[in-house]
Amino acid sequence: MLKVENISVNYGAIKALQNVSFQINQGEIVALIGANGAGKTTILNTISNIVPSVAGKITYLDKEITKLQPHEIVKLGISQVPEGRRVFAKMSVLENLEMGAYTRSDNEVASDMEKIFQRFPRLNERKKQPAKTLSGGEQQMLAMGRALMSRPKLLLLDEPSMGLAPMLVEQIFQIIQEINASGTTILLVEQNANMALSIAHRAYVLETGEVVLQGDAKELASNPEVRKAYLGE
Amino acid sequence: MFLQQLVNGVALGSVYALIALGYTMVYGIITLINFAHGEIFMAGAFVGLLLVATFKVNVFVAIIGAMVFCMLMGVVIELIAYRPLRKSSRLSALISAIGVSIFLSSLALMVFGADAKGFPDGAFPVKQIKVGSADISTLQLLIIGVSAALMMGLEFIVQKTKIGKAMRATSEDYNTSALMGINVNRVISFTFALGSALAAAGGVLVGVLFNAVSFNMGLMAGLKAFAAAVLGGIGSIPGAMLGGLLLGVSEVFGVAIGYSSYRDAIAFTILVLVLLVKPTGLLGQKITKKV
Repeated sequence: MLKVENISVNYGAIKALQNVSFQINQGEIVALIGANGAGKTTILNTISNIVPSVAGKITYLDKEITKLQPHEIVKLGISQVPEGRRVFAKMSVLENLEMGAYTRSDNEVASDMEKIFQRFPRLNERKKQPAKTLSGGEQQMLAMGRALMSRPKLLLLDEPSMGLAPMLVEQIFQIIQEINASGTTILLVEQNANMALSIAHRAYVLETGEVVLQGDAKELASNPEVRKAYLGE
Repeated sequence: MFLQQLVNGVALGSVYALIALGYTMVYGIITLINFAHGEIFMAGAFVGLLLVATFKVNVFVAIIGAMVFCMLMGVVIELIAYRPLRKSSRLSALISAIGVSIFLSSLALMVFGADAKGFPDGAFPVKQIKVGSADISTLQLLIIGVSAALMMGLEFIVQKTKIGKAMRATSEDYNTSALMGINVNRVISFTFALGSALAAAGGVLVGVLFNAVSFNMGLMAGLKAFAAAVLGGIGSIPGAMLGGLLLGVSEVFGVAIGYSSYRDAIAFTILVLVLLVKPTGLLGQKITKKV
């Protein structure tokens, strides 16, 4: 579905990504794990073309998207939940969801919003409130709901567990699996490697801008090196 | 006396507010002080004057014509002078803005000459209406009425329409808005169009009020409106409206109590005080940048 080939990204003189390649198949949950600064967020932002690549190629559904504008990429069905949730703080919950549906002009937006409210009842209770009044967990739900409003075929999730209590993390990961089960392919970036590997089908391990390991998520979770470096053993 | 001065102040302040809105909206979205904004105001005044003098249209049609012309002008300026510098330092764009400002006022000087031009007699029928102790002219009512209508229109666009919501989203978070599928370039063009249209309306109103349109009228009006935007809190739309009104009223009262030679200094004294005491302005918010 998505194929990333030999992507390199520089931030000034710093090489953030070097020759990164990976692919995602339809229906999968793929996890990208790695330490802080390994380049995980950069990969997502390169796919969305918020950060331009200096070399390499990204193809999505057999179409090259490397040079497309960010909004054109969203229109093709790739939606991102950015790191730190990035809800529009001064806008209401409802308006945030409307922004998620910005690319759409069909008449099913309202019914999709109802579905989001069913999945996240807390958002329904607070739909008139500015997003900044929500708790961290609620903001994460809003950010995910907002991304789903574009009806993505591929959802990019950046650190959905960041700063959340363990119980909420469980809940968020449960929801990620539900979203995947309803047909959305997922690329998950996580520092919480344990959780990520527990729900992913496949995973890639990133170190200082390069893919160092890849494979089946269960196998990676039992790999002694991975356990030592990322699972705290 | 008090009521009279208040009306004078509100009329002047509404025009400052109209211009200040353009500064604040553009700053809110691309954090650029568009120093060419005063010249857009000047261009609006000239277009209005030409329409009234040459095509004999009434003031309202002239205002609409000036707004349309300046919308295009604002969009083109952004396209040529600011967009190529979007990824450069903020200083480069600022210098470019000052360049556009000098270019436009020089162009107006070349085309229209150095003398101030007046509107033809009877361009707008001026009558005095007595309200209590105050004499309110129909011209003041025109200014206050048109300004209020435009600001309500703006408020509607920003709060209720899809593109208005996209403007608010983009001013909060540029990258995340792009991730929503918002074409941020289009939103920026739209913002320039809106701001320039308001400035153009202000230009025609001021031209009619003082019966003078000149190539350098954008300089002082632009700087004062900028002071008004800072007073209200740069980036805040209600702030620009409030700042404009407060500035207009303070200027008129300052003159009324005998400081008429310091007329222009009042706005800048307020600007300096705001920057010293509350740099975020009355309704502005502290920007906390996450690293």
